[in-house]
Amino acid sequence: MTMKPRHKRTAMIVGGLAAIGIAAYFVLNAFQSNLVFFFTPSQVEAGEAPQNRTFRIGGLVKEGSVKRDNLTVSFIVTDTAKEVPVTYTGILPDLFKEGKGVVAQGQIKEDGKFTASEVLAKHDENYMPPEAQHAMDQAEIEKAGKTLK
Amino acid sequence: MIPELGHFALILALPVAAALGILSLAGGQTGRADWMALARPGAQALWWLTAFSFGCLTYAFYTNDFSVMYVAQHSNSKLPDLYRVSAVWGGHEGSLLLWLLMLTGWMMAVSIFSRQLPDVMVSRVLGVLGLIAVGFLLFMLITSNPFVRLSDIPADGRDLNPLLQDPGLVFHPPMLYMGYVGLAIPFAFSIAALLNGRLDAAWARWTRPWATAAWVCLTIGIALGSWWAYYELGWGGWWFWDPVENASFLPWLVGTALIHSLAVTEKRGLFRSWTIMLSLIAFSLSLLGTFLVRSGVLTSVHAFATDPKRGVFILLFLAVVVGGSLILFAMRSGKVRAGGSFSLVSRETFLLVNNVLLTTAAAAVLLGTLYPLIIDSLNLGKLSVGPPYFNAVFAPIMTPVLFFMVIGSYARWKNDTVAELTKRLRPVAIVSVLLGCTLPLLAGAWSALVAMGLTLSIWIVLASFVQMYRQFKDTANWKSTPISYWGMHVAHIGIAVCVIGITMVKGYETEKDVRMTIGDTVDVGGYTFRLTGIQQVPGPNYNADRGTVDLIKGDRVLRTLHPEKRTYFSSTMPMTEAAIDTSLTRDVYVSLGEKLEGDGKPAWAMRVYHKPFISWIWLGCFLMAIGGGMAALDKRYRKKVAAKLSLKDIKGVAA
Repeated sequence: MTMKPRHKRTAMIVGGLAAIGIAAYFVLNAFQSNLVFFFTPSQVEAGEAPQNRTFRIGGLVKEGSVKRDNLTVSFIVTDTAKEVPVTYTGILPDLFKEGKGVVAQGQIKEDGKFTASEVLAKHDENYMPPEAQHAMDQAEIEKAGKTLK
Repeated sequence: MIPELGHFALILALPVAAALGILSLAGGQTGRADWMALARPGAQALWWLTAFSFGCLTYAFYTNDFSVMYVAQHSNSKLPDLYRVSAVWGGHEGSLLLWLLMLTGWMMAVSIFSRQLPDVMVSRVLGVLGLIAVGFLLFMLITSNPFVRLSDIPADGRDLNPLLQDPGLVFHPPMLYMGYVGLAIPFAFSIAALLNGRLDAAWARWTRPWATAAWVCLTIGIALGSWWAYYELGWGGWWFWDPVENASFLPWLVGTALIHSLAVTEKRGLFRSWTIMLSLIAFSLSLLGTFLVRSGVLTSVHAFATDPKRGVFILLFLAVVVGGSLILFAMRSGKVRAGGSFSLVSRETFLLVNNVLLTTAAAAVLLGTLYPLIIDSLNLGKLSVGPPYFNAVFAPIMTPVLFFMVIGSYARWKNDTVAELTKRLRPVAIVSVLLGCTLPLLAGAWSALVAMGLTLSIWIVLASFVQMYRQFKDTANWKSTPISYWGMHVAHIGIAVCVIGITMVKGYETEKDVRMTIGDTVDVGGYTFRLTGIQQVPGPNYNADRGTVDLIKGDRVLRTLHPEKRTYFSSTMPMTEAAIDTSLTRDVYVSLGEKLEGDGKPAWAMRVYHKPFISWIWLGCFLMAIGGGMAALDKRYRKKVAAKLSLKDIKGVAA
């Protein structure tokens, strides 16, 4: 059967809309559950970060805070104003260093510690993760605001 | 002196490109043959100038001329020769120059291999490419000149990022860029067709080999990048859905749709506007990709604010290219549109369905890539879209693509019936479902995802072999079968091989992070790894801690692996160099983590992987590239040239 052009166009439009609809469904579904928000240590301290949902924190690894117990590492992420204790089990990226920028992804558990499932430190010694930089800038602004008051 | 010559050549290239762009297009519009005749020599002159400029920059790198800022930032006197040359494209400015070199290289190729094309077409195509070159030349000369000198000459360079000191960097970026830029050719052909107001089967036949060639380069480029990330980053991953990767994957997805849509346009004269649209989108995405990766937007959208000149230029350039071509499309696409009929069950329909699915997948990936950037630039907060999103979206959209791929290649053009198709495909379907569902049992744990991945892969492979066998058996047919037919099957089998690799790795990989002291063993994937020692080993521009790990199966030591942890002199930055034992059915992968404080004995964190069938991922890409190459080389694309050659041959014999 050869289709009339009009029917063909209708079929194409219907098919296209169906595809877009299905895709939109997948996308929105996946979006909702997979957006990972970023919070600064100050925001975490203020209780703005969600419980039992994965999010990211960033800042500097506090000097002298890294402690290793076999493969489990604990350290403190600071934005120079507030601090968040973090634990991570596994191998840290090459550029993880005290005093350097870091971004960690994970959840806050009952003990109030941030349990990281992933620690990100990009591959450039001069590189400061943008989120970590952002955290410190925010803390800086906060401080400036307080002294003005 | 040499860098100034390079800079001068770039400056000189600007008026050449502008003249080429304006005169060839104007020549095409007005029909002035003398202007059109300038297109070929103009394009070739542009290549020579760019190549000369590129040569000057390479020379500056080779001779460690740290008075050039770009060299001082990306090289070092201790850098091995090979990496000193590849460091040319290790940063923003040099990448742009490489981009331009590739663009003019493609233009050179078009000017040489276009004898079968009408002059109007050639001059319009080269004119459009010339204008693109103008954009890039302006961008480089105004904001990103690689030849800027330093008044304060440093004693040594800052060095190339150790990650980039790898043979991977020598081949990956040029290949990828060749693919990116190659998509400018179908783009230019489309613009030329819109200007011509005529788009016929001949147009599609001229465009196809270029689109396919660009797609082949892109495929190889992406595969090399993935392979490089796998062995160099030390995390054992091969695809991270990182914005940089997505930037290269987006044009690939649309390019894949394009080469198939072009097939319909050539064979059946259909989907003309759609084909044009895809070629416009594909090139726009590759421009977007180039800028996303190279402008610093990905590190922070606020990089735009720190260097507003670059950001504004990029946005303007994108707006002109994308906006201009879309306006032209809106104005002229009515002229090229043509009716033709095909039934709901026909090869056209299945190709169209897969085209729509591929574009949808690209749109979903684009959304996930750009969304965080948009939210951030609107100051609505910081967020990231991780691999789970992309996996959740991409896999369901691509699954039907694999299914329809086979049906599309079995269905007849114009008109077919479900009953006929079912009859032809039933045996293949039965065998692939049976094999796909039982094979996971042999591998160990049965899982629905693995069964589905294997079923679809076997479905594709089997269908291709059955079709090739039929074609081959029919000897009369076999001799006249164009090479592109075999190319198609090789590429489709490549997809299947790649999917098998992905399925097996996702389904059965094992990974262990362990603490090891010398003499310790760990079992992964049926193998035993024993750490027998760690030595200090000096390299050319680094020091390394080098582990010695025995790979044991049963009682037999199969191989000794040497993972390294390197510290580069110039940056004191550590680098993990994984040790990998590759075979066709599995990779085992060891990387050395940090040194751990132990109770007296030195201990190390180690990461050990067993990755079944991972090399099939890249093997599949390689097959796709070969298949694409076969298709692009089909002799029907250069019929006139062939005729001329055979004349020459006859003369040669006579002499």
